[in-house]
Amino acid sequence: MSAALPADLRKLWEFMRSVAGDDAYERYLERHARTHPELPPLTPAEFFADEQERKWSGVSRCC
Amino acid sequence: MLKMPKSITAGVGLVGFSLLAASAFGAVALEKGETINALWFIAAAVLNYLIAYRFYSAWICAKVLVLDETRATPAERFNNGRDFVPTNKWVAFGHHFAAIAGPGPLIGPTLAMQFGFLPGTIWILVGAVLGGCVQDMVIMFCSTRRDGRSLGQMARDELGPVGGWAALIGSMMIMIILIAVLGLVIVKAMKHSPWATATVLGTIPVAMIVGLYMRGIRPGKVLEGSILGILLLLGCVWFGGVVNGSESWRDAFDWNDMQCAWFVMIYGFSAAVLPVWLLLAPRDYLSTFLKLGVVFMLAGAIMITAPEVKMPALTQFAENGMGPIFKGSLFPFVFVTIACGAISGFHSLVSSGTTPKLLANEKEIRMIGYGSMALESFVAIMAVIAACVMEPGVYFAINSPAGVVGKEAAAAVATITSWGYPVTVEQMNALAAEMGEKTLFARTGGAPSLAVGMATIFHETFGGKMLDMWYHFAIMFEVLFILTTLDAGTRVGRFMLQDLLRHVSRPLGDVSSYPATVVSSLIFVAAWGYFLVQGVKDPLGGVNILWPLFGISNQLLAGIALTVATGIIIKMGKLRYAWVTALPLAWLATMCTWAAIEKTFSSNPAIGFLAGANKMAADLAAGVLPPDKAAAAPALIFGQRIDAALAVLFVAVLWTVIFDMIRMSRRYLAGRPVPALSESAYSRTQLEWARG
Repeated sequence: MSAALPADLRKLWEFMRSVAGDDAYERYLERHARTHPELPPLTPAEFFADEQERKWSGVSRCC
Repeated sequence: MLKMPKSITAGVGLVGFSLLAASAFGAVALEKGETINALWFIAAAVLNYLIAYRFYSAWICAKVLVLDETRATPAERFNNGRDFVPTNKWVAFGHHFAAIAGPGPLIGPTLAMQFGFLPGTIWILVGAVLGGCVQDMVIMFCSTRRDGRSLGQMARDELGPVGGWAALIGSMMIMIILIAVLGLVIVKAMKHSPWATATVLGTIPVAMIVGLYMRGIRPGKVLEGSILGILLLLGCVWFGGVVNGSESWRDAFDWNDMQCAWFVMIYGFSAAVLPVWLLLAPRDYLSTFLKLGVVFMLAGAIMITAPEVKMPALTQFAENGMGPIFKGSLFPFVFVTIACGAISGFHSLVSSGTTPKLLANEKEIRMIGYGSMALESFVAIMAVIAACVMEPGVYFAINSPAGVVGKEAAAAVATITSWGYPVTVEQMNALAAEMGEKTLFARTGGAPSLAVGMATIFHETFGGKMLDMWYHFAIMFEVLFILTTLDAGTRVGRFMLQDLLRHVSRPLGDVSSYPATVVSSLIFVAAWGYFLVQGVKDPLGGVNILWPLFGISNQLLAGIALTVATGIIIKMGKLRYAWVTALPLAWLATMCTWAAIEKTFSSNPAIGFLAGANKMAADLAAGVLPPDKAAAAPALIFGQRIDAALAVLFVAVLWTVIFDMIRMSRRYLAGRPVPALSESAYSRTQLEWARG
């Protein structure tokens, strides 16, 4: 087994997380720390609820 | 930039490639033997997309659109960490493909196989690379250059108010007809099938459980929630089997078509008014993962088992227009039957929706715009294969409505065998028993036959005895998927309706008001529900009426998108390249108009809406209809007249927009004032990682 395999698998897993949207909160926290460090960030539950509302307020799916 | 092969090896490889593609095409088109292997289809398809992507899309991006990798995209300029976010191109590809992936490419090709495999296959392959992929890519480009604006807004900005209104009307009409026809497919798959009904009902609490999980228990953990959901869904398929095995439960879940139709309507309404996180969002995740998984599994299974395609290349219905699934000959009807696998107007709404706001660099438009549509087209090819691996007699027995072949099984097989496609009652009964269904006769709508095809292929690949589990898994997968499109579509339609209603009544247009939400959802559901019921009550199976109407409305929207794109290309000063969008536009407009004229004015009552309505009215007046048909007749007559009016309206809207664009282009070329190109100003990108 090459040492690269676990690294590749991790990359695949991270890719899948990105496409699914799992890493959205982490990216939000990162960005929040950069842009508004003085304000408290949204909790995961609040952030996720907000995102869903936003995503479903326009054309999202196709035939 | 367009690069020529760097070496002799590459050049030889390319030529060899092309020869392989040509021979694959040739094998598919010219094979005179009894059957043809599915692998030829796969080869022809893959090579078709690769060559088109490598050359045609590259040329369009370089010469026509002139993608600029130094230009900052809206994702970079408006980066807000929410919807405007520069995203890794593979992630964006995944998002975009998931958004355009729908049940369309699975159903349309299945229905079009009544003409034989050749017409549908050619249209899927050629229509996609010259039409659909081009539309998706060019519209994505136009939207990206315009800060991620939607198709409707672009139509208004580039063509004028006429274009804007046309796009809005077109979008709403297609939404209504689309949902109605998808609802019909579900009804046909569920009716008198306790297993299917139990499974479908089971998916609703599963979605709610996953919704609660992702909302309260583990917020944001989409992958976890989806894995949980998929396991539960497999449980639903098993649960359906349990229900089917028990006498008393079986009767409780044995519904007729109107009961199924009511279920679909009530479900659609509830999903649209309940909070998104409870039903819509979890269903969306589950069906996306399921679709991607099943499609890959199907592709793999086909490559492993290399099944034989038993459908002939052409059947007599291509020419005589008397096909059982829908009437009308090959030209123009194959082009409106297969929409999503070749070119689909709806995709232009998605290509100008969320995806342009994710692009980190313009270069990605080629892969994401052109590439995802090519993948979608490939899914359509797999539906073609799945429909064609069964005996043609079986295919027709499953898909032909009782009103065409006869209510009794013996009459049906006699009719179908007389067409030249032998099939027996024993064969069909054995198949139904294997699939865990009461009967597979007249199970129209495309879903059951696709499920039979998929189950057969999976069963051959994985072995075992569970043909019925595979069949119901396939049904569950399709229905899940369709229900998601249905409820999401109802919600989107409700937004569009409120957008329009705002001009008439402010309170109704208020999207944050719950009463307004409920009322407008009710109106929208009633609109598609009307057409759904019409399809359910149609003696010829409903597909004959609704699917061509859906195809015409979808092509109408594609026509509007291509018109906007052509206008933009001309205003960019590239008149000599305008054929890139104008050619598919001309083809679509011709086929769509021809189909609409046939469906409205044909004197054949099975084809023409008006002729059909008139004949039914004459029969009613003459008193020759049996009592139950006579009771249903007035509504059916009125319904067909409405369908005729709709078809005419679609064509009128399309040509109005086309003429508006031609008028504007002529003014532009003559140097007279026109709405200016509404591209945003250039600014240089700072994202070096995206350029590389």
